[in-house]
Amino acid sequence: MSDLPNSLRNLPDEDGHFGQFGGRYVAETLMPLILDLEKHYRAAMADPEFKEQFDDLLEHYVGRPSPLYFAERLTEHLGGAQIWFKREELNHTGAHKINNCIGQILLAMRMGKTRIIAETGAGQHGVATATVCARFGIPCVIYMGSVDVARQQPNVFRMKLLGAEVIPVESGAKTLKDAMNEALRDWVANVHDTFYIIGTAAGPHPYPELVREFQSVIGRESRAQMLSRTGRLPDLLLAAVGGGSNAIGLFHPFLDDAEVAMVGVEAAGHGIDTGQHAASLTGGGPGILHGNKTYLLQDEDGQITEAHSISAGLDYPGIGPEHSWLHESGRVKYVPITDDEALEAFQLCCKLEGIIPALESAHALAALPKLAKEMDKDRIILVNVSGRGDKDIFTVAEHLGVEL
Amino acid sequence: MTRLASAFAKPHPALVCFLTGGDGDTAANLDALVEGGADVIELGMPFTDPMADGPAIQAANLRSLGAGTRIADILRIAAEFRARHPQVPLVLMGYANPMTIRGPEWFAGECAKAGVDGVICVDIPPEEDAALGPALRAGGISLIRLATPTSDADRLNTILKDTSGFLYYVSVAGITGMQQAGIGSIEDAVARLKAATNLPVAVGFGVRTPEQASAIAKVADGVVVGSALVELVGQHGANAGGPLRELTAALADAVHGARDD
Repeated sequence: MSDLPNSLRNLPDEDGHFGQFGGRYVAETLMPLILDLEKHYRAAMADPEFKEQFDDLLEHYVGRPSPLYFAERLTEHLGGAQIWFKREELNHTGAHKINNCIGQILLAMRMGKTRIIAETGAGQHGVATATVCARFGIPCVIYMGSVDVARQQPNVFRMKLLGAEVIPVESGAKTLKDAMNEALRDWVANVHDTFYIIGTAAGPHPYPELVREFQSVIGRESRAQMLSRTGRLPDLLLAAVGGGSNAIGLFHPFLDDAEVAMVGVEAAGHGIDTGQHAASLTGGGPGILHGNKTYLLQDEDGQITEAHSISAGLDYPGIGPEHSWLHESGRVKYVPITDDEALEAFQLCCKLEGIIPALESAHALAALPKLAKEMDKDRIILVNVSGRGDKDIFTVAEHLGVEL
Repeated sequence: MTRLASAFAKPHPALVCFLTGGDGDTAANLDALVEGGADVIELGMPFTDPMADGPAIQAANLRSLGAGTRIADILRIAAEFRARHPQVPLVLMGYANPMTIRGPEWFAGECAKAGVDGVICVDIPPEEDAALGPALRAGGISLIRLATPTSDADRLNTILKDTSGFLYYVSVAGITGMQQAGIGSIEDAVARLKAATNLPVAVGFGVRTPEQASAIAKVADGVVVGSALVELVGQHGANAGGPLRELTAALADAVHGARDD
């Protein structure tokens, strides 16, 4: 957090609110637990030993710092601003998700919890959670919508190899939202011994704050790396937003740098007009779900509507509350990118840079052509390549009509 | 005396019966509950994401929404119930988003017009209740809070502040319709709650049979039964009235007579 009185980095307030967003909208059974979690989180943050342990694991287990990479051929191809990648896809387990899981499992152990649960969409957070549970020898249950189980088989197998129990969720649309409902139901019945590792910067306070804190290593590193490589800050930060943890991790350390613009990319699925999308900010409104007030896809009665995205990791009808606040305050601009645009960017990145990006990250990359062209060649766009796309090749092959 | 206060002032413990609105012929089913001897009616507002509910009520929510139930339908069901049963207290139970989407004042106003006596909102704890609770109370409607096995003395003070009507004790840390807590732990908890408040204490979550209901009614002011009733609607569809009346009558006998011997 910043000491500046007018800093954009001072939120949430003590009740977990980012303006009107965030908060602690949970069943009474969970209230004592999340108040306790907050106490332990504050104590951990004030404990140099916790930070030491966290940093050590990030360096030697995750492989940080992740590189900052100048995407030369993509820059040349787009013919505008310089494109730089923050290479989160090179982390252990292949995405930014592990940063948060390391932080939360250390917290869980501090609290004496002996069982871990998590929800997962694409499976990246599930794999990252199963990984840290294996590393520390803690039993782990992963809730995953059965539709996602079917489209992310490699990650399901990975989780099982790592010793996790994967429970397919059959309720609702059988995707991320339903997995989160089921994880909350498990948690409420097992509060005494269970820690819920939420995968994104959403849910009841203090989750949005603590996930942001653990993911902010992305932005802090980027800032230092960019200054050391170019002597300046980037002009524009770009990241995909589902729940928004990779984006807030990149953005947050730069929020007070007025000269740094920021764009978050939402999944527009088949197009905002079709109603089949996952763009809560562009196509939704404020509401209450999963412990926080934030932008949601919902009907006029407040019933949550189904999200759609080719990317399982973005297929969620909500967004982290801080993004809702950054959206309304205008500090960050959010744009929609369709399935087709993401597929195109996915292939372009493979061909020009030899990097297979996750479909989530491909959404951010797809916003580049338009943005880069509007900027001079001496300007810098920094994209968070939040995950690698090995897990997505089956989905991509299917959409391209290729039989594997 | 309010309708809720009267229900709990009867010479016997109160039977509180829950059904999900818009699942089956709700008007007829609610009448069956009253005929069977229910003292308080809880009407569930369906929500797409009922995080605190077990499989039975989840399924009822989906059936109701699948049949096209809107908030307006729930309010109409409530208003018509009030017209048919001027004395039976009616409590709406549901989740924050449908209750606040048009603004808490709107919802409180509609509840008042429909003759609703109380509201239970699962996912608005006291910490987030700057709007809904005050709006309801301004409309003369009780906001009924839940106490749980995880509520310690400190937490109980927070919960009890601004709670009215009755206090709902969730007997297990868990979701609706699953396992039931041991009667010993319920007895201890109710004694703890009664020491902290003068409000009637009703106990729910996991209560399915007359035997369980009777045991709880010996120590509590009310017993809440939901999933077992909702399951009958799932099984019998349009013909649920008879089975509902039968189970409610058995529960009412058990609850009302619990302290007779």
